[in-house]
Amino acid sequence: MAMTLDKPAQTTAGRPTWRVAAGHFIKYALLLLTVAVFLVPMFWMFSASLKNLQEIYTFPPQWLPATPKWSNYVEAWNAAPFGRFYINTLITTSLGVASEVTLGTMTAYAFVFLPFPRKDLLFLVLLAALMVPIHVTILPNYLTVARLGWLNTYQGIIVPGASAAFGTFLLRQHFLTLPREVLEAARLEGASHLQLLIRIVLPISRSMLVTVGLLALVSKWNDFLWPLIVTNQTRMRVLPVGLAYLYQQEGTNQWGIIMAATIFVVLPILLLFIWAQRHIISGLTAGATKG
Amino acid sequence: MATVLPRVHSPAKRKGIRRDHLLFLAFVAPNFILLGAFSYWPLIYQSYLSLTNWDMISPTKRFVGLGNYHYMVTGRDFYRVLFNTFYFTGAILLGSIVLGMALALLLNQRLRGRTAARAIIFAPYVLSGAAIGLVWAYIFDPVYGLMRIFLNLFGIASPNWLVDTTWAMPAIIIVYLWKNVGYSAVIYLAGLQNISQELYEAAKVDGASALQSFWYITVPQLSPVTFFVSVTTILFSIQAFDIIAVMTGGGPVNATTTLVWYLYEEAFISFRAGIAAAVGMLLFVLMLMITLFQVYFVQRRVHYS
Repeated sequence: MAMTLDKPAQTTAGRPTWRVAAGHFIKYALLLLTVAVFLVPMFWMFSASLKNLQEIYTFPPQWLPATPKWSNYVEAWNAAPFGRFYINTLITTSLGVASEVTLGTMTAYAFVFLPFPRKDLLFLVLLAALMVPIHVTILPNYLTVARLGWLNTYQGIIVPGASAAFGTFLLRQHFLTLPREVLEAARLEGASHLQLLIRIVLPISRSMLVTVGLLALVSKWNDFLWPLIVTNQTRMRVLPVGLAYLYQQEGTNQWGIIMAATIFVVLPILLLFIWAQRHIISGLTAGATKG
Repeated sequence: MATVLPRVHSPAKRKGIRRDHLLFLAFVAPNFILLGAFSYWPLIYQSYLSLTNWDMISPTKRFVGLGNYHYMVTGRDFYRVLFNTFYFTGAILLGSIVLGMALALLLNQRLRGRTAARAIIFAPYVLSGAAIGLVWAYIFDPVYGLMRIFLNLFGIASPNWLVDTTWAMPAIIIVYLWKNVGYSAVIYLAGLQNISQELYEAAKVDGASALQSFWYITVPQLSPVTFFVSVTTILFSIQAFDIIAVMTGGGPVNATTTLVWYLYEEAFISFRAGIAAAVGMLLFVLMLMITLFQVYFVQRRVHYS
């Protein structure tokens, strides 16, 4: 990755060294400034989560608390049932991701390796679904879920978003690049499609599967509007909705506690991102350059 | 269609193909059933609802024809909502292109630590909008917020950001851009790395300045990327909800009420299903038009260039 980022070496001959140095200085200054714009708000969130009220209400603000007030985290955890919110989010996210990856894999496999008349048209029908985001259809989908008796249930949160359109698209693009000879050979030896999928296609597509899974995970974890609509009991709220609920309860003067609760929501994804950022970024740029 | 070609298959092979067709159906069925039930059916149902007057409780829906659409376009709030939506989307579009390209150009320089910088700029994109919205609600506090110090550096007094009808929308725009600009920067960066270095070398031989190379090579070469960024930015920003929900709730008055927030309010606060359905259909048509425009444009580019 670092290699592809590098441009071929450019000759600096013919330019006075002071101009090269000045150019470098300006570029580094800009880079530092940019990084600060993105890091300072994050730092502010962490530092505020450890401040007492007095430290929050001073101007000019203090960058760091004198003594970290860890009890903000305890108070936030008790101010709203965050344990329950975590369980809800873990359940809806993991089942949602599992469903999107499974359905995406099966659909993409079928479109690439199985015959069907006019399957290109069918694929367009699938892609067109990307144009109907849940935000446009919240009302009729809410009514469907209500009629099924699924309000305030996990299936109500999970099922309407369980289909895979973008994931199928990414996986199909990837499957098209796989060496067909290997699969044909295995077919001739009598392997069934299910065996092919599990023994050959899945193992050699691990990296793309991880990417699709991570993209799904991030979007399900952060999902706000849909879980907000189909739940109205506190015990069924997911983390982002629970956070907004806490904010309403505590009002705008308990910033220390609210920032601690914000970290409950953000930290798992932040750690995941630090660990797997390459997979996430490559998935999104692959979708862009191949779309 | 298959019968036109006189292809002869042995009965065993024909049976195999039939079995593969069935297998295809079995593999795609769950996904298509879900898409049918929760993407396509709701559109049909919603277009019906948009022709009725219903409070979401009473057992009967009264048919009112185009009454809801008429109500929508003659209501005073509606144009404010439409204006807000275009204001928000337009500002995000401009910011994503200009800042996204600028950040990508910076990250494309041979600088130490740029891989880490790329990750830092991109990180907010994967975080919860509700959480980011709260962090910034605190930063925008007119008395104790970080933004006040920043503005003080330039001798500017802080506005009452989130409770001021003039400044609430710019505040939301800043937060949305801060969270999402990393996405367009990363896409632009990938685009920059696809530009052939030979073009720049040739321009250099011809004596072009850095600015000329940028204007006559980089910008036109990036135009497909700019197009992709524009379409995705419009489609995503039209749907923005969580940041608005935690920071302003569509207010003050209705200064940050966009179409999606308006739809949510009509359906789940005012319980006017017919109006909400009409707003939903309008949103859908808007997004459909943008997508069709994209499909048309991309196809033309592929065919004629």
